[in-house]
Amino acid sequence: MAVKQVSIFLENETGRLADLTEILAENGIDLNAVTIAETGEYGILRCIVQNPEDAIKALAGKGFMASISDVLTVAIDNVPGAVNKVLQILADAGIGVKYIYSTIQSAKGEAAITMKTTDQERAENILTKAGIRLCEMEDLK
Amino acid sequence: MIWNKEMECADRETMRKVQLERLQEVVKYEYEHVPYYAAKMDKAGVRPEDIRTLEDIELLPFITKEDLAVNYPTGLFAAKMEDIVRIQSSSGTTGKPKIVGYTQRDMDDWAESVARGLTMCGIGKNDVAHISYGYGLFTGGLGAHAGAEAIGATVLPMSTGNTARQIMFLQDMKSDALCCTPSYALTIAEAVEKAGIKPEDLQLRAGLFGAEPWTQSMRNKIEKGLGIRAHDIYGLTEITGPGVSTSCIENNGMHVQEDLFYPEIVDPNTLKQLPMGETGELVFTTLRKQGMPMIRYRTRDICYLMEGKCACGRTTVRMSRVFGRTDDMLIVKGVNVFPSQVETVIAKFDELTLNYKILVDRKGNSDTIELMVEFADGLAIDDIEFVESMKKRVEHELRDSLQIGCKVRFLNAGTLPRSEGKAVRVEDRRKYE
Ligand SMILES: [Zn+2]
Repeated sequence: MAVKQVSIFLENETGRLADLTEILAENGIDLNAVTIAETGEYGILRCIVQNPEDAIKALAGKGFMASISDVLTVAIDNVPGAVNKVLQILADAGIGVKYIYSTIQSAKGEAAITMKTTDQERAENILTKAGIRLCEMEDLK
Repeated sequence: MIWNKEMECADRETMRKVQLERLQEVVKYEYEHVPYYAAKMDKAGVRPEDIRTLEDIELLPFITKEDLAVNYPTGLFAAKMEDIVRIQSSSGTTGKPKIVGYTQRDMDDWAESVARGLTMCGIGKNDVAHISYGYGLFTGGLGAHAGAEAIGATVLPMSTGNTARQIMFLQDMKSDALCCTPSYALTIAEAVEKAGIKPEDLQLRAGLFGAEPWTQSMRNKIEKGLGIRAHDIYGLTEITGPGVSTSCIENNGMHVQEDLFYPEIVDPNTLKQLPMGETGELVFTTLRKQGMPMIRYRTRDICYLMEGKCACGRTTVRMSRVFGRTDDMLIVKGVNVFPSQVETVIAKFDELTLNYKILVDRKGNSDTIELMVEFADGLAIDDIEFVESMKKRVEHELRDSLQIGCKVRFLNAGTLPRSEGKAVRVEDRRKYE
């Protein structure tokens, strides 16, 4: 079971991000994880929320284009080399990582990383086989 | 069906005879009733009786938008106020609007022109005509309305705005023909799609779109989105309003109602007439107007004319679509740029919409041009690389088309203000001291 991520296109203008978070706040949407990829002119805000469809609905018609995609969130031991272990498994299988950001398993207070890879299905299988635990949406609540 | 076979299918000789008779009459009438133009003629050393052939029209001075501004509000009226039954208006060059007066015969001729146009599009008395041009001083609404009444259609005087209600009437009243600006047609088409209505759920089959230049690509989007055949209807308030020319089912240029409006194409720099088929500025002479005749009025619209019998049976001269306006023409870094060129590039990308704005500015001694354009709604963007490569591709196409670099800025869908009338596409922030 993959975690659902919401991606939102942002023009890099002062106040644009605040406009976005205001809409989310007004609609009671809690950000479980958030990261921004940006160039000088654009940003893409990626976030994990419990009800992605609600977020899309709240943003539609407010000038924000949002879309939902599957990402992999994997549980990480809080020890040096834990992230490296995961990435090494993927690299050995020839799977590339497009982006990665750290995430918290809120209930347990433990670490996790969220990634988009070049082959999500295979990555999921290989990591599971290697004994790495994949998080569910509820883990991030 | 052809509304006025006698005029629309006349052989060249007959048409030219009608045109010459009417030209001589209107020049004499103008000379006697409009001192401002009479003075222009005197200055040019031409008298009404010098007009012996249609070619002699070149002897006559032009009327320009500036002449209208100088004569604001009614200095160019030829008829007495008591014979003027209608005023229409459009924005002028200096802040003061252009005021145009019509006699009853002018009103009838206008309705006749639109009636011919609607008939050309296959619209008749059994059809419902949905008029979504603005009603009021703008000629779009009332002009289309009068023509639709003249052919005995069922007229829906919707005016513009309240798009949800427009769509309700389109559906419930089973409208057959939609008349509005192309940008508003696009707004309606977008809203129809958003509402989950399929084109085949609408009865619409023809659209008459005018009052602003538009492109083939915009036409494709409107035709597909509403499931219709789109026609061009051309006109301007100074000449009469919509209906001066309309494109028939052959979609082969717009048939000019040339027994009423005599067209010429001139070189905008030398002001000399250009041969048939060459592109230049369109000039019209109203052959029968009484309220405010226009002799050789410079429209500022850039297009060309075509001769020859059309497959629809009509023999009237056709004009191409308008490529741009000498007014809209931007000179950026010394290069002529028309918004329509930019639009053609945008339409090549499914990821983009035709909601755009062109910003021209000056940094130091150098002009800058920037295109702001909205992404298509529903486009999933999870990738900076995607945005960057789109930017490169669009900028590359723009450079190819415009011959100068144009920066591209993408916007979220729905962030630029939507148009209900003429869209404002260009913002020129350059200041010249
Ligand atoms: Zn034709």
